[in-house]
Amino acid sequence: MIETTLPAESDLIGRGEREGRRLFTEWFGELTNAALNGEPTAYVFVMGSLVELLRTFDLHVTFPEINSLQTAVKKVSGEYLAAAEDYGYSPDICGYVKADVALQLQGGDHPMGRLPKPSLAVLTNACNTYIKWAEIWERLHGTRVFTIDVPGSRGAPGKITQSRADFDRDVGYVEHQIHELIGACEEVTGRAFAVDRLREILGYVNRMSRAYVRLLELGRERPAPYDALTEGTIYLGVANGLRGTEAGARYFEDVVEELEQRVDLRLGKGREEKHRLIFVGVPCYPIFRRFHEMFSEWGGTFVGSTYLWFASGGLNVGFEHNLDDPIRSLAEATLIGVRSAGDSMLFHDRALIRAIDDYAADGVVYHPIKSCRTVSTGLADSRRVVLEQRDVQCLYIESDMMDPRVISEAQLKNRIDAFFEGLESRKLRLGRGEP
Amino acid sequence: MRYAGGVDVGSTQTKAVILDPSSKIVGRSLIDTGANVVQAAERAYGLALEEGGIEVGDIGFVIGTGYGRYRVEFGQAQVTEICCHARGAARMYPSTRTVLDMGGQDTKAIRIESGGDVLDFCMNDKCAAGTGRFLQSAAAALDLDLGEIGSIALAGTRPVKISTTCTVFAESEVLSWLARDKRIEDILAGVHRSIASRSIALLRRVGIEEEITFTGGVTRNEAMVAVLEEMIGATLNVSPESHYMGALGAALFALERLEGGVTAAAVGAGEEKP
Repeated sequence: MIETTLPAESDLIGRGEREGRRLFTEWFGELTNAALNGEPTAYVFVMGSLVELLRTFDLHVTFPEINSLQTAVKKVSGEYLAAAEDYGYSPDICGYVKADVALQLQGGDHPMGRLPKPSLAVLTNACNTYIKWAEIWERLHGTRVFTIDVPGSRGAPGKITQSRADFDRDVGYVEHQIHELIGACEEVTGRAFAVDRLREILGYVNRMSRAYVRLLELGRERPAPYDALTEGTIYLGVANGLRGTEAGARYFEDVVEELEQRVDLRLGKGREEKHRLIFVGVPCYPIFRRFHEMFSEWGGTFVGSTYLWFASGGLNVGFEHNLDDPIRSLAEATLIGVRSAGDSMLFHDRALIRAIDDYAADGVVYHPIKSCRTVSTGLADSRRVVLEQRDVQCLYIESDMMDPRVISEAQLKNRIDAFFEGLESRKLRLGRGEP
Repeated sequence: MRYAGGVDVGSTQTKAVILDPSSKIVGRSLIDTGANVVQAAERAYGLALEEGGIEVGDIGFVIGTGYGRYRVEFGQAQVTEICCHARGAARMYPSTRTVLDMGGQDTKAIRIESGGDVLDFCMNDKCAAGTGRFLQSAAAALDLDLGEIGSIALAGTRPVKISTTCTVFAESEVLSWLARDKRIEDILAGVHRSIASRSIALLRRVGIEEEITFTGGVTRNEAMVAVLEEMIGATLNVSPESHYMGALGAALFALERLEGGVTAAAVGAGEEKP
């Protein structure tokens, strides 16, 4: 296989990965300081974080989902899961929740530092587990919990169209709850809400959102200038952790600059791009690098991923805030973003078929995970629909995003190898003009 | 004359097949894998060569398959058993569109195109329910030989319902039926139906299209063939070679490489695919 070499003279190449790691590490450093100084911190979730509003009160924000997956990336999730199970949680419960429970029981000790206790938890109904999860903090720490009820899509996207009037009523419903959340934040922090600060933050989100949509478009290039599973996960960390900050906005603008240069230079990621793949689901974090290698060794590149849709906090939608009416606009973005996340998990077949065409994908890799049935349940149906409607290879492999006990590398490799053998054989046959 | 070899190192048994240039089977062997995978591969290969009266130097290319494929150290390449069973089945039964491979620790449902290219596949995940191991557990619980439970199961008239999906718990469930004075024939008939229904669920996920070829070690169990045919509502292609299908497919891939001008010397012995 051909190793792509990077031009030494370019400072841009690799900058996104380096800067992403630096920003991410800095963010965890700030959280450690917040923990040591007892500064107020909000716990939020990737689907509907409302971090824009929380930043106006100078609250630190932490994403328990990201904290938990980092324990897996750092190869210690098994210890955290075992501690939560020893405490009484079932092996069947979401791995993210259990790692966080262990983290809370251990006083916030985390492989990337120390995490502060939650002063406030803000969540939506995007995931049913969020609600029970926040109740744990309420019990452990007496945390104030604020739940935003976001009306979901009225059925599969494209099948039922909501009227403008109904949509406006739904936005109003969320807007009313955001006004209540402002009151809660004022009580928790003792600070008054500043609407101009919100305008400034939403401006940064607009910049980030524009760049993020461009980033997704660039995955269509051949070779793709980034891998949606590896670099994509770094992008997601910054997209969530630095959302609504100048540094976050600038980061994504810089990433786009780098990726456009990669496209001009026809630089893919690593090995030669032989097979263009779309990833569906959540990555296998306990063996993150090895999992990806099992694809890249065959020349497989993930040019797209539903993870970059549903875990981006709605950035994938490209929503631009109206800074003249920031609270209403935030409500609309929350409604659209949470619905998009839900649809990307549960009703993604149409979007996936569009993506197969747009990204000229050769195959789709479905990765259902044991500890999250919400994100995994419909994948078998989606696979069937895709196979019926598009002439692509599909791989269906199951493991977990947290629990090393249910990950068998040998079994994964066997299936992945067979998938590529089929893909290569098919391409050879088509190359010979055979049906 | 350049021959081609295929060695299928399975979790329970290791099979080897030698093909002549016309793709005729000239040697084959089957042994228990045991703890030493490397030795099992070497021994099976040696026995197949011996049966065919062929010298190692006459072999142009060898492909390893099965879970131990990377331990076939004298081979030049590896191909998964999923593709090998598909290729073998398509050679033996050219109209095959669906392959069910039931081995010691896993069961695979494979949908194929003419010629044997894999269109889609599905396997049991991290659990031996619905595989040969489930039969082994049941046989052990009843103190019977694996080879005799098929004929006993065929005599069952009122199969019991095996509700567990766990191979380990299957043993206790079998014992509980014994405690309730159920006939061994009916218990075994129930065990076979339980495995068949799990395998059919896998087949449905890839889509059942005739002809269906049944491969792997469990093909030797006549009750399993009968129950599958009854529950699917179609006749299965089964032959004495079915147990060797993975090794046959590997040997066919090896022959293809030889025909394409790839030789062991050109590849370099022991070269591994990713």
